[in-house]
Amino acid sequence: MALTIKKVEHLAILSRLTLTDEEKESFARQMSDILEYADKLNQLDTENIEPMVYILPALNVFREDEVIPSTPREELLANASVAEDGYFKVPKIL
Amino acid sequence: MQLYDMTISELSVLIKERKISAQELTRAYLQRIDEVEEQVGAFITRTDELAIQQAGEFDHNPVNKPLAGIPYGLKDNICTRGVRTTCASKMLGDFVPAYNARVAACLQDQQGILLGKLNLDEFAMGCSTETSAFKPTSNPWDLQRLAGGSSGGSAAAVAAGEVAYSLGTDTGGSIRQPAAYCGLVGLKPTYGLVSRFGAIANTSSLDQVGVITRDVWDCALVLNAIAGYDPQDGTSVKIDVPDYTADLSGDIKGLRIAYPREYFQNNTDTAIVEQVKRALHEYEQLGAIVEEVSLPYSEYALPAYYIISRAEASTNLARYDGVQFGLRDVKADNVADLYADSRAAGFGAEVKLRILLGSYVLSADYYETYYLKAMKARRLIHDDFTRVFENHDIIITPTTPTTAFQRDEFRSDLLNLYRNDILTVPVNMAGLPGMSVPCGFIDGLPAGMQLIGKPFKEKMLLNAALAFEQAHDYYKARPNLGGDR
Repeated sequence: MALTIKKVEHLAILSRLTLTDEEKESFARQMSDILEYADKLNQLDTENIEPMVYILPALNVFREDEVIPSTPREELLANASVAEDGYFKVPKIL
Repeated sequence: MQLYDMTISELSVLIKERKISAQELTRAYLQRIDEVEEQVGAFITRTDELAIQQAGEFDHNPVNKPLAGIPYGLKDNICTRGVRTTCASKMLGDFVPAYNARVAACLQDQQGILLGKLNLDEFAMGCSTETSAFKPTSNPWDLQRLAGGSSGGSAAAVAAGEVAYSLGTDTGGSIRQPAAYCGLVGLKPTYGLVSRFGAIANTSSLDQVGVITRDVWDCALVLNAIAGYDPQDGTSVKIDVPDYTADLSGDIKGLRIAYPREYFQNNTDTAIVEQVKRALHEYEQLGAIVEEVSLPYSEYALPAYYIISRAEASTNLARYDGVQFGLRDVKADNVADLYADSRAAGFGAEVKLRILLGSYVLSADYYETYYLKAMKARRLIHDDFTRVFENHDIIITPTTPTTAFQRDEFRSDLLNLYRNDILTVPVNMAGLPGMSVPCGFIDGLPAGMQLIGKPFKEKMLLNAALAFEQAHDYYKARPNLGGDR
Protein backbone atom coordinates (compact mmCIF):
# COMPACT_ATOMS: atom_id res chain seq x y z
CA MET A 1 0.00 0.00 0.00
CA ALA A 2 1.53 3.31 -1.09
CA LEU A 3 1.41 6.12 1.43
CA THR A 4 0.18 9.47 0.14
CA ILE A 5 1.97 12.76 0.69
CA LYS A 6 -1.14 13.90 2.53
CA LYS A 7 -0.83 11.00 4.96
CA VAL A 8 2.84 11.84 5.58
CA GLU A 9 1.88 15.45 6.26
CA HIS A 10 -0.66 14.28 8.83
CA LEU A 11 1.93 12.03 10.49
CA ALA A 12 4.37 14.96 10.55
CA ILE A 13 1.83 16.97 12.54
CA LEU A 14 1.31 14.07 14.96
CA SER A 15 5.09 13.69 15.23
CA ARG A 16 5.77 17.43 15.64
CA LEU A 17 8.15 17.49 12.69
CA THR A 18 8.43 20.18 10.04
CA LEU A 19 9.22 18.44 6.73
CA THR A 20 10.47 19.77 3.41
CA ASP A 21 8.71 18.74 0.19
CA GLU A 22 11.62 16.48 -0.74
CA GLU A 23 11.46 14.81 2.65
CA LYS A 24 7.73 14.21 2.30
CA GLU A 25 8.29 12.46 -1.01
CA SER A 26 11.20 10.31 0.06
CA PHE A 27 9.60 9.37 3.39
CA ALA A 28 6.34 8.42 1.64
CA ARG A 29 8.29 6.10 -0.64
CA GLN A 30 10.49 4.59 2.08
CA MET A 31 7.60 4.09 4.50
CA SER A 32 5.59 2.36 1.79
CA ASP A 33 8.47 -0.02 1.11
CA ILE A 34 8.90 -0.86 4.78
CA LEU A 35 5.19 -1.34 5.42
CA GLU A 36 4.94 -3.57 2.37
CA TYR A 37 7.71 -5.73 3.81
CA ALA A 38 6.01 -5.69 7.22
CA ASP A 39 2.88 -7.09 5.58
CA LYS A 40 4.73 -10.41 5.71
CA LEU A 41 3.37 -10.62 9.26
CA ASN A 42 -0.08 -11.22 7.78
CA GLN A 43 1.09 -14.71 6.83
CA LEU A 44 1.00 -15.52 10.55
CA ASP A 45 -2.10 -16.88 12.20
CA THR A 46 -2.13 -14.97 15.49
CA GLU A 47 -5.76 -15.65 16.34
CA ASN A 48 -5.27 -16.85 19.92
CA ILE A 49 -1.84 -15.40 20.59
CA GLU A 50 -1.37 -13.09 23.55
CA PRO A 51 0.64 -10.02 22.46
CA MET A 52 4.08 -9.81 24.09
CA VAL A 53 4.28 -6.24 25.26
CA TYR A 54 7.25 -6.92 27.40
CA ILE A 55 9.78 -9.65 27.91
CA LEU A 56 9.78 -9.55 31.70
CA PRO A 57 6.74 -10.11 33.91
CA ALA A 58 4.97 -6.75 34.01
CA LEU A 59 5.20 -5.78 37.66
CA ASN A 60 4.99 -2.42 39.28
CA VAL A 61 8.30 -1.36 40.76
CA PHE A 62 7.99 0.39 44.09
CA ARG A 63 10.48 1.98 46.41
CA GLU A 64 10.33 3.59 49.83
CA ASP A 65 9.23 7.21 49.71
CA GLU A 66 12.44 8.63 51.07
CA VAL A 67 13.92 12.04 50.44
CA ILE A 68 17.22 11.75 48.58
CA PRO A 69 19.35 14.46 47.00
CA SER A 70 18.37 15.39 43.46
CA THR A 71 20.46 16.90 40.68
CA PRO A 72 21.06 20.61 41.29
CA ARG A 73 18.64 22.83 39.36
CA GLU A 74 21.41 24.98 37.85
CA GLU A 75 23.12 21.93 36.35
CA LEU A 76 19.94 20.77 34.67
CA LEU A 77 19.01 24.25 33.46
CA ALA A 78 22.48 24.58 31.96
CA ASN A 79 21.42 22.26 29.11
CA ALA A 80 18.44 24.42 28.13
CA SER A 81 18.95 26.85 25.25
CA VAL A 82 16.77 29.41 26.95
CA ALA A 83 16.27 29.59 30.72
CA GLU A 84 15.39 32.48 32.98
CA ASP A 85 15.16 32.96 36.76
CA GLY A 86 15.55 29.23 37.40
CA TYR A 87 12.90 28.19 34.86
CA PHE A 88 12.83 26.77 31.35
CA LYS A 89 11.50 29.43 29.01
CA VAL A 90 9.05 28.80 26.15
CA PRO A 91 7.11 31.14 23.83
CA LYS A 92 3.86 32.52 25.20
CA ILE A 93 1.19 29.80 25.28
CA LEU A 94 -1.96 31.62 26.36
CA MET B 1 53.82 -6.82 21.50
CA GLN B 2 52.66 -3.23 21.73
CA LEU B 3 50.54 -1.98 24.63
CA TYR B 4 47.71 -1.13 22.22
CA ASP B 5 47.56 -4.77 21.10
CA MET B 6 47.15 -6.22 24.57
CA THR B 7 44.09 -7.54 26.34
CA ILE B 8 42.78 -6.14 29.61
CA SER B 9 44.17 -9.10 31.54
CA GLU B 10 47.64 -8.62 30.02
CA LEU B 11 47.63 -4.87 30.72
CA SER B 12 46.29 -5.46 34.20
CA VAL B 13 49.32 -7.59 35.09
CA LEU B 14 51.67 -4.81 33.96
CA ILE B 15 49.76 -2.29 36.07
CA LYS B 16 49.61 -4.50 39.16
CA GLU B 17 53.27 -5.44 39.00
CA ARG B 18 54.16 -1.77 38.61
CA LYS B 19 55.90 -2.43 35.30
CA ILE B 20 54.00 0.51 33.90
CA SER B 21 52.04 3.34 35.50
CA ALA B 22 48.48 4.14 34.52
CA GLN B 23 49.71 7.50 33.21
CA GLU B 24 52.28 5.82 30.97
CA LEU B 25 49.66 3.41 29.69
CA THR B 26 47.19 6.23 29.09
CA ARG B 27 49.77 8.28 27.20
CA ALA B 28 50.61 5.24 25.06
CA TYR B 29 46.94 4.87 24.12
CA LEU B 30 46.53 8.60 23.47
CA GLN B 31 49.54 8.41 21.16
CA ARG B 32 47.98 5.46 19.37
CA ILE B 33 44.77 7.47 18.93
CA ASP B 34 46.83 10.33 17.47
CA GLU B 35 48.37 7.89 15.00
CA VAL B 36 45.30 6.10 13.70
CA GLU B 37 42.18 8.11 14.52
CA GLU B 38 42.25 10.09 11.29
CA GLN B 39 41.98 6.84 9.33
CA VAL B 40 39.41 5.18 11.60
CA GLY B 41 37.13 7.94 12.89
CA ALA B 42 35.94 6.09 15.99
CA PHE B 43 35.69 9.04 18.40
CA ILE B 44 33.15 11.83 18.67
CA THR B 45 34.73 13.34 21.78
CA ARG B 46 38.19 12.71 23.22
CA THR B 47 38.79 13.19 26.93
CA ASP B 48 42.60 13.34 26.97
CA GLU B 49 42.97 15.71 29.91
CA LEU B 50 40.42 13.93 32.04
CA ALA B 51 42.13 10.63 31.21
CA ILE B 52 45.59 11.85 32.27
CA GLN B 53 44.06 13.23 35.45
CA GLN B 54 42.20 9.98 36.24
CA ALA B 55 45.36 7.98 35.56
CA GLY B 56 47.37 10.28 37.84
CA GLU B 57 44.86 9.83 40.65
CA PHE B 58 45.08 6.07 40.24
CA ASP B 59 48.89 6.07 40.27
CA HIS B 60 48.83 8.20 43.40
CA ASN B 61 46.31 6.03 45.19
CA PRO B 62 45.93 2.69 43.39
CA VAL B 63 43.04 0.33 44.04
CA ASN B 64 43.13 -3.38 43.39
CA LYS B 65 40.26 -3.81 40.94
CA PRO B 66 40.27 -5.80 37.70
CA LEU B 67 39.71 -2.81 35.40
CA ALA B 68 41.77 -0.28 37.39
CA GLY B 69 44.03 1.85 35.24
CA ILE B 70 42.76 0.30 31.98
CA PRO B 71 41.82 2.75 29.16
CA TYR B 72 38.32 2.35 27.72
CA GLY B 73 35.73 4.13 25.62
CA LEU B 74 31.96 4.52 25.83
CA LYS B 75 29.42 4.64 23.04
CA ASP B 76 28.21 8.21 22.88
CA ASN B 77 24.64 7.37 23.92
CA ILE B 78 25.85 6.52 27.43
CA CYS B 79 25.62 9.59 29.66
CA THR B 80 28.81 10.86 31.27
CA ARG B 81 28.66 13.57 33.87
CA GLY B 82 30.43 16.68 32.60
CA VAL B 83 31.39 15.06 29.27
CA ARG B 84 29.34 15.90 26.17
CA THR B 85 27.01 13.05 25.15
CA THR B 86 25.68 13.53 21.62
CA CYS B 87 24.03 10.30 20.45
CA ALA B 88 25.74 11.28 17.16
CA SER B 89 22.88 13.73 16.66
CA LYS B 90 22.81 17.46 16.07
CA MET B 91 19.92 17.38 18.52
CA LEU B 92 22.31 16.63 21.41
CA GLY B 93 25.41 18.28 19.93
CA ASP B 94 25.88 20.44 23.05
CA PHE B 95 24.32 18.16 25.64
CA VAL B 96 26.43 17.75 28.79
CA PRO B 97 24.75 15.30 31.19
CA ALA B 98 24.48 16.26 34.84
CA TYR B 99 24.78 12.62 35.86
CA ASN B 100 26.57 9.40 34.94
CA ALA B 101 24.85 6.41 33.44
CA ARG B 102 25.01 3.51 35.90
CA VAL B 103 27.47 1.63 33.69
CA ALA B 104 29.69 4.72 33.38
CA ALA B 105 29.68 5.03 37.18
CA CYS B 106 30.55 1.32 37.49
CA LEU B 107 33.66 1.74 35.33
CA GLN B 108 34.60 4.92 37.17
CA ASP B 109 34.32 3.01 40.46
CA GLN B 110 36.79 0.51 39.01
CA GLN B 111 39.15 3.43 38.42
CA GLY B 112 39.18 2.75 34.71
CA ILE B 113 40.50 5.48 32.42
CA LEU B 114 37.88 6.99 30.09
CA LEU B 115 39.52 8.04 26.80
CA GLY B 116 36.39 9.35 25.13
CA LYS B 117 33.00 8.92 23.58
CA LEU B 118 32.59 6.74 20.52
CA ASN B 119 30.70 7.14 17.27
CA LEU B 120 27.37 5.49 16.50
CA ASP B 121 24.44 5.77 14.17
CA GLU B 122 22.26 8.72 15.19
CA PHE B 123 20.38 7.64 18.35
CA ALA B 124 21.70 4.12 17.60
CA MET B 125 19.35 3.90 14.62
CA GLY B 126 21.28 2.12 11.91
CA CYS B 127 23.82 -0.61 11.35
CA SER B 128 26.76 1.20 9.71
CA THR B 129 27.39 4.53 11.54
CA GLU B 130 26.41 6.21 8.26
CA THR B 131 23.48 7.94 9.97
CA SER B 132 25.84 9.63 12.46
CA ALA B 133 25.54 13.41 12.17
CA PHE B 134 29.32 13.62 12.42
CA LYS B 135 30.96 10.93 10.24
CA PRO B 136 30.98 7.26 9.34
CA THR B 137 33.51 5.06 11.18
CA SER B 138 35.88 3.03 9.01
CA ASN B 139 36.66 -0.62 9.54
CA PRO B 140 40.26 -1.01 10.78
CA TRP B 141 40.58 -4.22 8.74
CA ASP B 142 39.78 -2.41 5.50
CA LEU B 143 39.45 1.35 5.63
CA GLN B 144 37.29 1.37 2.49
CA ARG B 145 34.69 -0.54 4.47
CA LEU B 146 32.57 0.41 7.45
CA ALA B 147 32.92 -0.71 11.07
CA GLY B 148 29.24 -1.64 11.20
CA GLY B 149 26.81 -0.32 13.74
CA SER B 150 25.26 1.09 15.51
CA SER B 151 28.13 0.61 18.01
CA GLY B 152 30.63 1.07 15.14
CA GLY B 153 32.88 3.48 17.00
CA SER B 154 32.96 1.16 20.02
CA ALA B 155 34.10 -1.77 17.86
CA ALA B 156 36.53 0.13 15.61
CA ALA B 157 38.26 1.79 18.58
CA VAL B 158 38.99 -1.60 20.18
CA ALA B 159 40.07 -3.18 16.87
CA ALA B 160 42.37 -0.24 16.09
CA GLY B 161 43.99 -0.35 19.54
CA GLU B 162 42.64 3.08 20.52
CA VAL B 163 41.02 1.69 23.70
CA ALA B 164 41.45 -1.64 25.48
CA TYR B 165 37.69 -2.27 25.57
CA SER B 166 34.43 -0.43 25.16
CA LEU B 167 30.77 -0.44 26.02
CA GLY B 168 28.04 -0.32 23.42
CA THR B 169 24.29 -0.78 23.26
CA ASP B 170 22.38 -3.40 21.30
CA THR B 171 18.76 -3.05 20.17
CA GLY B 172 18.77 -5.40 17.18
CA GLY B 173 22.42 -6.42 16.82
CA SER B 174 24.25 -3.15 17.42
CA ILE B 175 27.00 -4.73 19.54
CA ARG B 176 27.26 -8.16 17.90
CA GLN B 177 27.31 -6.99 14.27
CA PRO B 178 30.14 -4.42 14.55
CA ALA B 179 32.06 -6.83 16.83
CA ALA B 180 31.78 -9.46 14.07
CA TYR B 181 32.83 -6.99 11.36
CA CYS B 182 35.84 -5.88 13.41
CA GLY B 183 37.02 -9.32 14.60
CA LEU B 184 36.10 -8.84 18.27
CA VAL B 185 34.11 -10.39 21.07
CA GLY B 186 30.77 -8.63 21.58
CA LEU B 187 28.18 -9.47 24.22
CA LYS B 188 24.58 -8.32 24.49
CA PRO B 189 23.52 -9.50 27.94
CA THR B 190 20.06 -10.76 28.89
CA TYR B 191 17.44 -8.01 28.96
CA GLY B 192 17.47 -6.72 32.54
CA LEU B 193 20.97 -7.89 33.57
CA VAL B 194 22.75 -4.56 33.03
CA SER B 195 21.28 -1.24 34.14
CA ARG B 196 20.16 1.15 31.41
CA PHE B 197 19.96 4.14 33.74
CA GLY B 198 21.54 6.96 31.74
CA ALA B 199 21.73 5.00 28.49
CA ILE B 200 19.74 7.16 26.09
CA ALA B 201 16.65 5.23 25.00
CA ASN B 202 15.99 3.99 21.48
CA THR B 203 13.63 1.00 21.86
CA SER B 204 13.04 0.42 25.54
CA SER B 205 11.71 -3.13 25.30
CA LEU B 206 14.82 -4.23 23.34
CA ASP B 207 17.80 -2.04 24.31
CA GLN B 208 20.62 -3.52 26.39
CA VAL B 209 24.04 -2.17 27.31
CA GLY B 210 26.90 -4.59 26.60
CA VAL B 211 30.58 -5.17 26.09
CA ILE B 212 33.12 -5.20 23.23
CA THR B 213 36.54 -6.73 23.96
CA ARG B 214 39.50 -8.44 22.31
CA ASP B 215 38.92 -11.81 23.95
CA VAL B 216 36.43 -13.81 25.96
CA TRP B 217 38.16 -13.46 29.33
CA ASP B 218 38.11 -9.66 29.00
CA CYS B 219 34.42 -9.84 28.19
CA ALA B 220 33.79 -11.70 31.45
CA LEU B 221 35.89 -9.15 33.38
CA VAL B 222 33.92 -6.18 32.06
CA LEU B 223 30.57 -7.93 32.51
CA ASN B 224 31.53 -8.48 36.16
CA ALA B 225 31.90 -4.73 36.54
CA ILE B 226 28.57 -3.69 35.00
CA ALA B 227 26.07 -6.50 35.69
CA GLY B 228 23.60 -6.33 38.53
CA TYR B 229 20.45 -4.83 39.94
CA ASP B 230 20.01 -1.07 39.86
CA PRO B 231 17.07 0.51 41.69
CA GLN B 232 17.25 3.45 39.28
CA ASP B 233 16.30 1.22 36.32
CA GLY B 234 12.76 -0.12 36.61
CA THR B 235 13.59 -2.91 34.11
CA SER B 236 16.63 -4.06 36.05
CA VAL B 237 16.20 -7.60 37.37
CA LYS B 238 16.98 -8.62 40.95
CA ILE B 239 19.11 -11.74 40.64
CA ASP B 240 22.32 -12.99 42.15
CA VAL B 241 25.04 -12.12 39.68
CA PRO B 242 27.82 -14.71 39.56
CA ASP B 243 31.53 -14.02 39.10
CA TYR B 244 31.68 -14.52 35.34
CA THR B 245 35.38 -15.39 35.39
CA ALA B 246 35.05 -18.08 38.09
CA ASP B 247 35.35 -21.63 36.70
CA LEU B 248 35.67 -20.22 33.19
CA SER B 249 37.59 -23.19 31.80
CA GLY B 250 36.45 -23.84 28.25
CA ASP B 251 35.40 -27.34 29.27
CA ILE B 252 32.22 -27.99 27.30
CA LYS B 253 31.88 -31.77 27.51
CA GLY B 254 28.22 -32.68 27.28
CA LEU B 255 27.10 -29.16 26.28
CA ARG B 256 23.99 -29.43 24.11
CA ILE B 257 24.34 -27.11 21.13
CA ALA B 258 21.51 -26.42 18.69
CA TYR B 259 21.92 -24.88 15.26
CA PRO B 260 18.71 -23.60 13.68
CA ARG B 261 18.59 -24.43 9.97
CA GLU B 262 16.83 -21.15 9.10
CA TYR B 263 19.91 -19.19 10.18
CA PHE B 264 22.13 -21.05 7.77
CA GLN B 265 20.01 -20.28 4.72
CA ASN B 266 18.41 -16.94 3.92
CA ASN B 267 20.94 -14.68 2.34
CA THR B 268 23.92 -15.65 4.43
CA ASP B 269 27.22 -15.91 2.53
CA THR B 270 28.21 -19.50 1.95
CA ALA B 271 31.74 -18.79 3.21
CA ILE B 272 30.35 -17.66 6.59
CA VAL B 273 27.99 -20.64 6.75
CA GLU B 274 30.92 -22.97 6.08
CA GLN B 275 33.02 -21.39 8.81
CA VAL B 276 30.29 -21.67 11.43
CA LYS B 277 29.58 -25.26 10.40
CA ARG B 278 33.27 -26.03 10.78
CA ALA B 279 33.11 -24.50 14.27
CA LEU B 280 30.12 -26.72 15.10
CA HIS B 281 32.14 -29.74 14.02
CA GLU B 282 34.98 -28.63 16.29
CA TYR B 283 32.57 -28.26 19.19
CA GLU B 284 31.54 -31.85 18.60
CA GLN B 285 35.15 -32.95 18.76
CA LEU B 286 35.51 -31.06 22.04
CA GLY B 287 32.72 -33.16 23.51
CA ALA B 288 29.58 -31.13 22.79
CA ILE B 289 26.38 -32.64 21.44
CA VAL B 290 25.41 -30.75 18.29
CA GLU B 291 21.94 -30.99 16.76
CA GLU B 292 20.05 -29.25 14.02
CA VAL B 293 16.80 -27.57 15.11
CA SER B 294 14.20 -25.29 13.58
CA LEU B 295 13.16 -21.77 14.64
CA PRO B 296 10.40 -21.27 12.07
CA TYR B 297 9.16 -17.94 13.42
CA SER B 298 12.53 -16.20 13.33
CA GLU B 299 11.91 -15.05 9.76
CA TYR B 300 9.13 -12.85 11.15
CA ALA B 301 11.45 -11.18 13.63
CA LEU B 302 12.67 -8.53 11.21
CA PRO B 303 9.27 -7.25 10.03
CA ALA B 304 8.00 -7.33 13.62
CA TYR B 305 11.11 -5.45 14.70
CA TYR B 306 10.46 -2.71 12.13
CA ILE B 307 7.10 -2.09 13.74
CA ILE B 308 7.98 -2.42 17.42
CA SER B 309 11.27 -0.49 17.29
CA ARG B 310 9.77 2.41 15.30
CA ALA B 311 6.75 2.59 17.59
CA GLU B 312 8.87 2.75 20.73
CA ALA B 313 11.43 5.10 19.18
CA SER B 314 8.76 7.60 18.16
CA THR B 315 7.55 7.61 21.75
CA ASN B 316 11.01 7.83 23.31
CA LEU B 317 12.08 10.66 21.04
CA ALA B 318 9.02 12.74 21.84
CA ARG B 319 11.06 14.21 24.71
CA TYR B 320 13.27 16.17 22.30
CA ASP B 321 11.26 19.35 21.99
CA GLY B 322 13.94 22.00 22.30
CA VAL B 323 12.90 23.11 25.77
CA GLN B 324 14.74 21.32 28.58
CA PHE B 325 17.79 20.19 26.61
CA GLY B 326 18.83 19.66 23.05
CA LEU B 327 18.82 21.84 19.99
CA ARG B 328 16.27 24.64 19.93
CA ASP B 329 15.03 26.68 17.04
CA VAL B 330 15.08 30.09 18.68
CA LYS B 331 13.15 31.81 15.90
CA ALA B 332 9.87 30.05 16.71
CA ASP B 333 7.30 32.39 18.29
CA ASN B 334 4.78 29.73 19.31
CA VAL B 335 5.16 26.38 21.03
CA ALA B 336 3.97 24.18 18.14
CA ASP B 337 6.57 25.68 15.81
CA LEU B 338 9.21 25.52 18.54
CA TYR B 339 8.70 21.76 18.79
CA ALA B 340 8.34 21.00 15.08
CA ASP B 341 11.16 23.26 13.88
CA SER B 342 13.59 22.24 16.61
CA ARG B 343 12.98 18.58 15.82
CA ALA B 344 13.31 19.21 12.09
CA ALA B 345 16.66 20.92 12.62
CA GLY B 346 17.99 18.45 15.20
CA PHE B 347 17.14 15.03 13.73
CA GLY B 348 18.62 13.38 10.65
CA ALA B 349 16.68 11.57 7.92
CA GLU B 350 16.73 8.05 9.37
CA VAL B 351 15.52 9.27 12.76
CA LYS B 352 12.70 11.27 11.18
CA LEU B 353 11.70 8.28 9.08
CA ARG B 354 11.51 6.08 12.17
CA ILE B 355 9.49 8.64 14.14
CA LEU B 356 6.97 9.00 11.30
CA LEU B 357 6.67 5.25 10.86
CA GLY B 358 6.24 4.85 14.62
CA SER B 359 3.47 7.44 14.67
CA TYR B 360 1.81 5.57 11.80
CA VAL B 361 1.80 2.11 13.37
CA LEU B 362 0.60 3.51 16.69
CA SER B 363 -2.22 5.58 15.18
CA ALA B 364 -5.75 4.41 15.93
CA ASP B 365 -6.40 3.15 12.39
CA TYR B 366 -3.31 0.97 12.15
CA TYR B 367 -2.57 -0.05 15.72
CA GLU B 368 -4.15 -3.48 15.36
CA THR B 369 -2.92 -4.15 11.84
CA TYR B 370 0.70 -3.43 12.63
CA TYR B 371 1.63 -2.85 16.26
CA LEU B 372 -0.61 -5.44 17.90
CA LYS B 373 0.22 -7.93 15.14
CA ALA B 374 3.94 -7.38 15.69
CA MET B 375 3.61 -7.94 19.44
CA LYS B 376 1.82 -11.21 18.78
CA ALA B 377 4.56 -12.25 16.37
CA ARG B 378 7.04 -11.41 19.08
CA ARG B 379 5.36 -13.93 21.37
CA LEU B 380 5.72 -16.63 18.72
CA ILE B 381 9.40 -15.79 18.16
CA HIS B 382 10.05 -15.86 21.90
CA ASP B 383 8.24 -19.17 22.43
CA ASP B 384 10.21 -20.70 19.55
CA PHE B 385 13.44 -20.14 21.48
CA THR B 386 11.92 -21.39 24.74
CA ARG B 387 10.98 -24.64 23.00
CA VAL B 388 14.50 -25.19 21.65
CA PHE B 389 16.02 -24.42 25.05
CA GLU B 390 13.99 -27.23 26.63
CA ASN B 391 16.47 -29.70 25.14
CA HIS B 392 19.52 -27.57 24.41
CA ASP B 393 21.90 -25.32 26.33
CA ILE B 394 23.00 -22.86 23.67
CA ILE B 395 22.19 -22.00 20.06
CA ILE B 396 24.88 -21.21 17.49
CA THR B 397 24.39 -19.23 14.26
CA PRO B 398 26.42 -16.88 12.07
CA THR B 399 26.32 -13.31 13.50
CA THR B 400 25.84 -11.54 10.17
CA PRO B 401 24.85 -12.56 6.63
CA THR B 402 27.99 -10.91 5.18
CA THR B 403 31.34 -9.49 6.23
CA ALA B 404 31.83 -5.69 6.53
CA PHE B 405 30.30 -3.67 3.68
CA GLN B 406 31.35 -0.48 1.94
CA ARG B 407 30.14 3.08 2.23
CA ASP B 408 26.95 3.82 0.34
CA GLU B 409 26.66 0.16 -0.64
CA PHE B 410 22.98 0.27 0.32
CA ARG B 411 22.27 3.92 -0.39
CA SER B 412 19.30 3.22 -2.63
CA ASP B 413 18.22 0.06 -0.88
CA LEU B 414 17.18 0.67 2.70
CA LEU B 415 15.50 -2.72 3.12
CA ASN B 416 18.65 -4.57 2.13
CA LEU B 417 20.64 -2.46 4.58
CA TYR B 418 18.21 -3.36 7.34
CA ARG B 419 18.61 -7.06 6.47
CA ASN B 420 22.04 -6.95 8.09
CA ASP B 421 20.22 -7.45 11.37
CA ILE B 422 18.33 -10.53 10.27
CA LEU B 423 20.33 -13.00 12.40
CA THR B 424 20.65 -10.83 15.50
CA VAL B 425 17.21 -9.20 15.85
CA PRO B 426 15.37 -12.37 16.99
CA VAL B 427 17.64 -12.52 20.06
CA ASN B 428 16.56 -9.04 21.18
CA MET B 429 12.92 -9.87 20.49
CA ALA B 430 13.26 -12.82 22.88
CA GLY B 431 15.32 -10.85 25.45
CA LEU B 432 18.08 -13.48 25.41
CA PRO B 433 21.83 -13.07 25.85
CA GLY B 434 23.72 -13.10 22.55
CA MET B 435 27.43 -13.04 21.87
CA SER B 436 29.58 -12.75 18.77
CA VAL B 437 33.03 -14.31 18.67
CA PRO B 438 35.56 -14.21 15.81
CA CYS B 439 35.39 -17.43 13.80
CA GLY B 440 37.85 -16.74 10.98
CA PHE B 441 38.58 -14.49 8.03
CA ILE B 442 37.04 -14.28 4.57
CA ASP B 443 39.12 -12.39 2.00
CA GLY B 444 40.95 -10.68 4.85
CA LEU B 445 37.79 -9.60 6.63
CA PRO B 446 36.70 -10.98 10.03
CA ALA B 447 33.59 -13.15 10.33
CA GLY B 448 31.60 -13.70 13.51
CA MET B 449 29.78 -16.61 15.08
CA GLN B 450 26.77 -15.92 17.30
CA LEU B 451 26.15 -17.82 20.53
CA ILE B 452 22.67 -17.45 22.03
CA GLY B 453 21.86 -18.52 25.58
CA LYS B 454 19.03 -18.97 28.02
CA PRO B 455 18.08 -15.92 30.09
CA PHE B 456 20.86 -14.98 32.54
CA LYS B 457 23.09 -17.87 31.42
CA GLU B 458 25.87 -15.58 30.20
CA LYS B 459 28.40 -17.76 31.96
CA MET B 460 27.51 -20.73 29.79
CA LEU B 461 27.94 -18.57 26.69
CA LEU B 462 31.30 -17.27 27.85
CA ASN B 463 32.51 -20.78 28.58
CA ALA B 464 31.43 -22.07 25.16
CA ALA B 465 33.03 -19.05 23.49
CA LEU B 466 36.25 -19.65 25.42
CA ALA B 467 36.34 -23.28 24.29
CA PHE B 468 36.36 -22.15 20.66
CA GLU B 469 38.79 -19.31 21.28
CA GLN B 470 41.30 -21.65 22.94
CA ALA B 471 41.32 -23.83 19.83
CA HIS B 472 42.17 -20.91 17.52
CA ASP B 473 44.17 -17.73 17.36
CA TYR B 474 41.73 -15.53 15.46
CA TYR B 475 41.44 -13.33 18.53
CA LYS B 476 45.18 -12.62 18.40
CA ALA B 477 45.02 -11.12 14.91
CA ARG B 478 45.21 -7.30 14.70
CA PRO B 479 44.56 -5.08 11.70
CA ASN B 480 47.57 -3.35 10.18
CA LEU B 481 47.15 0.40 10.55
CA GLY B 482 50.83 1.19 10.66
CA GLY B 483 52.82 1.66 13.84
CA ASP B 484 55.25 -0.78 15.42
CA ARG B 485 54.33 -4.41 15.88
